[in-house]
Amino acid sequence: MTRTSSTPLLDVPRVRRDFPALAQQVHGKALVYLDNAATSHKPRAVIDAVSNFYARDNSNVHRGVHTLSVRATDLYEGAREKVRALINAADLSEIIFVRGTTEGINLVASSFGSRLVEGDEVVISALEHHSNIVPWQLLCERTGAKLRVIPMNHHGDLLLDEYRTLLNKRTRMVAVAHVSNSLGTVNPLPEIILAAHERGVPVLVDGAQAVPHFHVDVRALDADFYVFSGHKMFAPTGSGVLYGKRALLESLPPYQGGGDMIASVSFAKTTFNVLPHRFEAGTPDIAAAVGLGAAIDYLNGVGWEAIRAWERDLVTYAAERIAGIEGVTLVGTPAHRAAVVSFTIEGIHPHDAGMILDHEGIAIRAGHHCTQPVMEFFGVPATNRASIAFYNTRDDIDRLVAGIEKVKEVFKG
Amino acid sequence: MSEMRELYQEMILDHHRHPRNFGKLAGANRHAEGYNPLCGDHVTVYALVEGDVIRDLSFEGTGCAICMASCSLMTDALKGRTIAEAEALFGRFHDLVTDDNATADEEVLGKLAVFEGVREFPVRVKCATLPWHALRAALQRTVDQSVSTE
Repeated sequence: MTRTSSTPLLDVPRVRRDFPALAQQVHGKALVYLDNAATSHKPRAVIDAVSNFYARDNSNVHRGVHTLSVRATDLYEGAREKVRALINAADLSEIIFVRGTTEGINLVASSFGSRLVEGDEVVISALEHHSNIVPWQLLCERTGAKLRVIPMNHHGDLLLDEYRTLLNKRTRMVAVAHVSNSLGTVNPLPEIILAAHERGVPVLVDGAQAVPHFHVDVRALDADFYVFSGHKMFAPTGSGVLYGKRALLESLPPYQGGGDMIASVSFAKTTFNVLPHRFEAGTPDIAAAVGLGAAIDYLNGVGWEAIRAWERDLVTYAAERIAGIEGVTLVGTPAHRAAVVSFTIEGIHPHDAGMILDHEGIAIRAGHHCTQPVMEFFGVPATNRASIAFYNTRDDIDRLVAGIEKVKEVFKG
Repeated sequence: MSEMRELYQEMILDHHRHPRNFGKLAGANRHAEGYNPLCGDHVTVYALVEGDVIRDLSFEGTGCAICMASCSLMTDALKGRTIAEAEALFGRFHDLVTDDNATADEEVLGKLAVFEGVREFPVRVKCATLPWHALRAALQRTVDQSVSTE
């Protein structure tokens, strides 16, 4: 039998069974979970990995000679290797465990930022999450540097020509999202990174909304820093990753001081540990890192090509179905969309809609999604946001569409 | 869906769609902002106070149906009342939307009794009480204030 190459299919009923939280009722209706951009559910494999760690291997890492400490260290460092392989980093020392995307960005803004002086410039974009705005604003206040913002159009796509004109000899850093959490825009990172590198400017990528949805290769992207959270990619809260090119990380001063990040300490002088431990002061969230490793194994098993193909079809279907509802307007119609569909319903505030949908068993996010500048740009106080994961189905989208019709019905009075 | 109907009664929908006393109040001598950062409800309440009497009231801002209807009905209910009466009514209103044992006494509460359904939805209490908190801030201080529910 000959087969032409085709995308592997995702066995969605089977993967849904791997997620215990999906099989529950809310207000007497089967849960439709469409708030994955806020956080994802966890497969049994991740829950078991965390549980087994505490039940069996619990100990501190890099500390003891005893058996449990060796096991804990092996698991923790094993998770680091899984992350390295997942994002194709060149070296284990380039993988720093952090609490999440926010902490990773703050680490870079603080450590890399210490070299900035008055008049330097940091470039971010109009569609950033607050966590990729505020750390840079704080840095600018501290140093007198200036924050420059890449504008976007009314589709929610960044204006690359304008971006290129923002780059100049005072630009010290470009920090952009890979995927917008409120619009779903997939930013053209190759062009953004190339333009920055032509001027010798490093680029930090907020990958929180990308890594759960498609395979990211940090070396193919040539990103200088790439940051993401575990909890949005089916791993525990408290797990997160800062990837940085080794030479850059080595040039940075420490972020937090404490145990594990030192080589030797005296009251006269402390020498610091090597990468990656230099940036991991204190006891880390070991179980969360172990859970992240289990999530990566699980996702590799499901298959990235299958995940990507399924989600691409599903998010297109969701955007078309939702846009087709009378009185509904999509907020963000980007050229390339991933996982997120934001919308407004004429005359109905998202909080009212979100609550009525909840009574239909449907979980979406209503609010500004930590992107107040985006809301201001589109002239809305808030949006409804449906965000998918690979365990969602067309049936989930159909339930959402029916739910939106119910919302409209309630408001007809 | 009947629970939703209980909450979104016709009067609430009507005041949401056609808010009364909407816009800046000419001649107002008190005003304060109310903001709920969690959901983005953001209103400003204006009052014209003479002695201890609230002569006139208005509001502007954006928010969910519960918040907008609450602004509209509150400003209607308090015109001509004394500050002490307004405080007392806030107490009754607060009980109405938070306390399962409170009675929706229409003689005291008037149209405000329509908010009884809010008590079933604790996350929406802040939406209903936001204009009251803003009004209290406006009345208690002569300088401009803003209040936050967080």
